[in-house]
Amino acid sequence: MIRSLIRTTKTSCVQLNQRNIRYSSTKHGKVLNVNTMHPLIKNVEYAVRGALPIRAEALSAQLKKDPSKLNFDKVVFCNIGNPQQLNQKPITFFRQVASLCENPELLKAENRGLVSKLYPADAIARAELLMKNIGSIGAYTHSKGITHIRENVAKFIERRDGYPAEPENIYLTQGASEGVQKVIQLLTHNTKSGIMIPIPQYPLYSATLSLVDAAPVPYYLNEKEDWGLDPAELKRSVTEARKNGVNVCALVIINPGNPTGQCLSEENIREIIRFCHEERIVLLADEVYQTNIYQPERRPFHSLKKVLMSMGPEYSEQELFSFHSTSKGMVGECGRRGGYFECVNIDPEIMDQVYKISSISLCPNVHGQIMVDLMTNPPVEGDESYPQYRAEMDAIFQSLSRRAIKLAKCFNNLEGVTCNEAEGAMYLFPQITLPPKAIEAAKEKKMTADSFYALSMLDSTGVCVIPGSGFGQEPGTYHFRSTFLPEEHLFDGFCAGLQDFHKSFMDKYRD
Amino acid sequence: MTVTKNNTEKVLNINNVNPLIKNVEYAVRGKLAIRAEEIRTDLEAGKGNYGFSKVVSCNIGNPQQLNQAPITFFRQVASLCDNPDLLKKENLPLVSQLYPSDSIARAQTLLHSIGSVGAYSHSQGVPHIRNTVAQFIQERDGHAADASHIFLTQGASSGVQTLLSMLTQNEKSGIMIPIPQYPLYSASLALYGATPVNYYLDEATGWSLDINQLTESVTSARKQGTDVRALVIINPGNPTGQCLTADNVRDIITFCHEQRLVLLADEVYQTNIYEPEARPFVSFKKALMDHPDAEVREGVELVSFHSISKGMVGECGRRGGYFECVNLDSLVLEQIYKMSSVSLCPNLHGQILVDLMCNPPRLGDASYESYSGEIKTIYESLVRRSKKLEGVFNEMEGVSCQAAQGSMYLFPQVTLSDKVAAAAAKESMAPDAFYSHAMLEATGVCVVPGSGFGQKANTWHFRSTFLPEEHLFDQFCSDLEKFHSSFLEKYRD
Repeated sequence: MIRSLIRTTKTSCVQLNQRNIRYSSTKHGKVLNVNTMHPLIKNVEYAVRGALPIRAEALSAQLKKDPSKLNFDKVVFCNIGNPQQLNQKPITFFRQVASLCENPELLKAENRGLVSKLYPADAIARAELLMKNIGSIGAYTHSKGITHIRENVAKFIERRDGYPAEPENIYLTQGASEGVQKVIQLLTHNTKSGIMIPIPQYPLYSATLSLVDAAPVPYYLNEKEDWGLDPAELKRSVTEARKNGVNVCALVIINPGNPTGQCLSEENIREIIRFCHEERIVLLADEVYQTNIYQPERRPFHSLKKVLMSMGPEYSEQELFSFHSTSKGMVGECGRRGGYFECVNIDPEIMDQVYKISSISLCPNVHGQIMVDLMTNPPVEGDESYPQYRAEMDAIFQSLSRRAIKLAKCFNNLEGVTCNEAEGAMYLFPQITLPPKAIEAAKEKKMTADSFYALSMLDSTGVCVIPGSGFGQEPGTYHFRSTFLPEEHLFDGFCAGLQDFHKSFMDKYRD
Repeated sequence: MTVTKNNTEKVLNINNVNPLIKNVEYAVRGKLAIRAEEIRTDLEAGKGNYGFSKVVSCNIGNPQQLNQAPITFFRQVASLCDNPDLLKKENLPLVSQLYPSDSIARAQTLLHSIGSVGAYSHSQGVPHIRNTVAQFIQERDGHAADASHIFLTQGASSGVQTLLSMLTQNEKSGIMIPIPQYPLYSASLALYGATPVNYYLDEATGWSLDINQLTESVTSARKQGTDVRALVIINPGNPTGQCLTADNVRDIITFCHEQRLVLLADEVYQTNIYEPEARPFVSFKKALMDHPDAEVREGVELVSFHSISKGMVGECGRRGGYFECVNLDSLVLEQIYKMSSVSLCPNLHGQILVDLMCNPPRLGDASYESYSGEIKTIYESLVRRSKKLEGVFNEMEGVSCQAAQGSMYLFPQVTLSDKVAAAAAKESMAPDAFYSHAMLEATGVCVVPGSGFGQKANTWHFRSTFLPEEHLFDQFCSDLEKFHSSFLEKYRD
């Protein structure tokens, strides 16, 4: 049983061990203990798998053993964008190709009769093409990733943006996270190195900056303006940081946003690029949700690369890293750990260094690479599998759109809660107004008020969300992030449960 | 990095990149391997004027790149997990003509615990699979293992880096590493800005490890103010292939207890054992649990690493492995969990292969015969090739090569003339790098110079795998012999 949760407003690290004794380096203490370990690691926080989800796992285990003491019959993990955990179906064609690459027996001539009863011809053809270029999925590949697949990624980028992409400037990675961490490591030296991050942000960024002991330089998104990004706020942020002696070298843009879901307008992106050019800042574009776009007329996706390329020679040297992933979109293949980043206008000597650090981990896993190929090069009109592929993608997309709207409505109907719509991504980030009694109760438990609220929600309903303090928020405000991924046929029950909980929470702590 | 108005200089350039990254070297995929890839591309495009028709990558333990066949049962289970449509009732009549019943059953069991291979799992890895690993460790060693102290990882390398980064605070932190060593260790220590503390293996006695060497190394480092915290042991060794005796293993554990060192046991080659009577594999976990002194058993902090990339399994591209923590501080374990959670989870296919490697078909299972036959075939072929290549090296003029008791590599010592040294110096290379480059250009065979692993001063080595396919092996050996003779002739003093 977890006894205590959040100790300070800053940390959300759970103390599972009751002993909590500080060992010194005596003959009988541990050699590796919290005093001798790497100090920066202690500062790292990653709320998405922090205190709340750890408690949720414990409750899930309890449900199996002794469900009688709990008010709910299942735990609903809304803390993380993990669609297939909530039964979103994988894309059939992708799994067919991957399983054919996995088991080369299936591609043998003598088995073709049987196999063609189980697999469409285009899946077989794609697997054969991939295997020709891969050899065995059990072999380490080139450290940048298989050349054939990088070529396909380059073609995908060209089709999407209308501008050329170079396979040698593309690195396949184990999820986008791995690429982000590598680039941040390259960019930062010491405590004076600073990287601009949005508030609220996906805590991979804050966690990684803690790990390399560099400075997060926050810029605030404007909740009242649909989480819009104001270039004046960028300017304020960088000026203040530099005045304090921080070497600000990069700007992280998450587009569509996480946790906030906003999609940047083309003009906004141009302003950002102009800002980076003037301030001599490298751009990091986290675009993993680029196909989760719910208002495509009003707010279509514009890749930062495309906008940059369209801005002419004055900006032609702007340095940019763009990140993509197989975990999101409608593909949702999180467990495969696939992704890539594209380097635009990066110094060739830096490219050598990127290669070198990639080579130490040898290569990204081949299944992840295969999924990148499939995601960027899916069935097209005329292919045998196209209708099924299209239908599956559309069904998931429309369901996501419906659930995004439904949940936003549900939140907006709750007392004291306002929620911006999700223009993109997989999350909602409602703002909650908590009565002073609730804030007091939280203080007593040494928690932030939003953590207290989220924990109460978990204990009453089994729904696990992440408190806004895990992402950063305007001081004095409280939020939580929830995905809208629970299965559609359970969704009404899910919303009703949240409504009931919120009402009783507010009743309990009302003045 | 200050804001300069010099618009021709990149914002991110070699002068302001993280300086620690500049110091990192990883020879296994360094200059030679890069050149080998260039040549391979040329050959595929029909360009260039080379005296050979293919590049043979002996620089890296990557068996399936050299056409070692995967274990059939493993690939069957994995493909069923990937495409759950195959497990639907209506498809079973067809599927059972392509898949043995035990592979279907195993896939069903795994998917029952995993859900979908497309979902992030628990950050330590799927609990069912960690239980399988615990069971495997118990059967191997005769001592219980705790699944909650096991972390599945993306290859052993990822686990090693996690532990090294935990263990090092600053440039004064020191970690003992063998010379020669697998350069993941030296590269990671460079990346973290920590100090490698070298201890030398003794070539003349089969790369043996002398406890006195360890003591001398740690004492001298500590005298110089290095805060030495851990000892890395690679057993079987890489690049050196030696297997430690049981006494050696026990003495190393005692040493760690006396010197207050965390023990990091890299055991990824534990099934590549070529002298099983004389030098069987002894796991550090077993030796620790068998140690006569209770204070040692309960005190020595041990982390053991394993991988699916090596052995006879050779599934490198899948990036799977695990580490087991023994006697670690529970608060530290929480921190390790936290670090694992930032990358969310290790990839599911790697986890599945860990399950299969640790819990393969058993006597009586439908696939047992095919499984054990395949393992045996690969094993015996590795033994033959290792002996053959060792013999070839020992026949070469000025070359001596210790037998491979384990792993996948030979690390011959080459005597190189002064003329070679001079020619190498002109190219700003170490003599063994110069030799290796010449070998690549002449034969298409890519090895790694000994300087990439560390070696005693003024000795030269190179590391070669013995993985080229058996039916091409004689040609491979004779190409090396020819190259070596002509090289020596060219540079004879």
